[in-house]
Amino acid sequence: MKTKLLPTWTELPLGCLVDEPGTAVEYKTGDWRTNYPKTDENKCIACGVCWIYCPDDSRRLVRRQKAPAGALYTHYYDFNFNYCKGCGVCAAECPTGAIVMLPVGAVGEPAKRDPAKTQEVKR
Amino acid sequence: MSGRIEPGKTVGMEVSIAQAEVVAQCDVDCIAAYPITPQTHIVEHLSEIVAEGDLQAAFMPVESEHSAMSACIGMSAVGARTFTATSSQGLALMHEMLYIASGLRLPIVMSCVNRALSAPINIWGDQGDIMAERDTGWVQIFTENGQEVIDQTICSFKIAEDPRVSLPTIVNMDGFQMSHVIEPMVFYPTAKIRDFLGVFQPLQRLDPRAPAMFGPVGIPEIYTESKKAHDVALLNSQAVIEEVWARFAKEFGRQYAAVETYQTEGAEYLLVTIGGLSETASVAIDELRAAGRKVGQLRLRLWRPFPAAAVRQALAGVKGAIVFDRCLSVAGTGGPAATEIKAALYNEPVRPTIVGFIGGLGGRDVTVGDFRAMIEKGIGYIDRGDAPLYELVGVRE
Repeated sequence: MKTKLLPTWTELPLGCLVDEPGTAVEYKTGDWRTNYPKTDENKCIACGVCWIYCPDDSRRLVRRQKAPAGALYTHYYDFNFNYCKGCGVCAAECPTGAIVMLPVGAVGEPAKRDPAKTQEVKR
Repeated sequence: MSGRIEPGKTVGMEVSIAQAEVVAQCDVDCIAAYPITPQTHIVEHLSEIVAEGDLQAAFMPVESEHSAMSACIGMSAVGARTFTATSSQGLALMHEMLYIASGLRLPIVMSCVNRALSAPINIWGDQGDIMAERDTGWVQIFTENGQEVIDQTICSFKIAEDPRVSLPTIVNMDGFQMSHVIEPMVFYPTAKIRDFLGVFQPLQRLDPRAPAMFGPVGIPEIYTESKKAHDVALLNSQAVIEEVWARFAKEFGRQYAAVETYQTEGAEYLLVTIGGLSETASVAIDELRAAGRKVGQLRLRLWRPFPAAAVRQALAGVKGAIVFDRCLSVAGTGGPAATEIKAALYNEPVRPTIVGFIGGLGGRDVTVGDFRAMIEKGIGYIDRGDAPLYELVGVRE
């Protein structure tokens, strides 16, 4: 993969204009978190409250063919850890208590950056 | 505009009204402003011109100067020729937005009617307001009379909108002593002005058909480069400003320069002034010249970019310069013009002595006699080599 160098002062667009929409996806805010959320897929009712409250678009609906044994609903919401800053708004708002916040470094913590999820939001 | 002014004829008019008329002649698209003494008449008259349908423009009365500049930033970003005016506390309230206008490279033109800053509350003329905005990255031009206000307002749109510049520009005039004085002035035909300016063609703008974002975050890896680009653009604007002034001279018949000289031939001592009191100072120079004194005058017209090379050249070979500032940098090293002139000369192998006087604060009158006395006192300091860092003149002891 070719390394993209930072622009020199002559290469910057006038007034640092961003002339391409949607470039915020290239900035991975996931590095910021000190706590990470964990979803109990069986408790999740896919209501989307977390998706509404998430300030950084890091909630993603996962579609399943049918609800597995023990799960209430077919679909559930999972995280995109490229962007989750660990603010915990989702855990505070979840009506079924399906989300818990765990400290970074806890056993079972997902990768800080998830290459597969980057693909998912590619324009 | 139409019917109220007669191009080509000398008319007596309040300078504020004249500036509003010429802004209308410049075919601005948007004006956002909040009234503040002594700027009020400019925007009041502009709102009349728009209300009467003589200018097809959006006039946005806002709730503060902070909002005025914010609105101007938005309007300029969509590609509108944008104007505002303010003074003193209003300019101070705009402060943070001034950096944003220049950092985003938006060619807004603003009239700053220079007035003192509180406290104590003072509505009168003084350059303390604009000098606090020295580092905001705008082109800053000073005028000395109503005709210059007309001329420089026209030139400012041309300078600001030049694709090589694309920076906001401030036209300064002294509060009351210029803004509220009825002066003889000559207007130019509107068609000629509009032809001179052309249609504003922004290099980039907000357009739903081509989405873009103004004002992103500049992380540490970007900020320094963005400031370098801004600095170089403002420094390089001087050549464009001089080009615009040359073209203005060709088409309208009046020549301006970054540093203007008066009676400098053979002068050993120069008085340096900035803004409206320069004309009063010129009379003092005339009187002293008539009495055989080797004195002359430099007038700083361009304040940003600071014309360092022109200042060095103009002061080369003189014994000393007496710099008059209408702004006190409290407990600093001198008035803004004096300190910057000193800094520009410091590394020169031979440099004249600089004497800094500060006066005319908060509307205090500075007469021809006052200037004569300052020059005499300054020459004494220069000859004896005992000049203080700066001296506040006209203080009751």
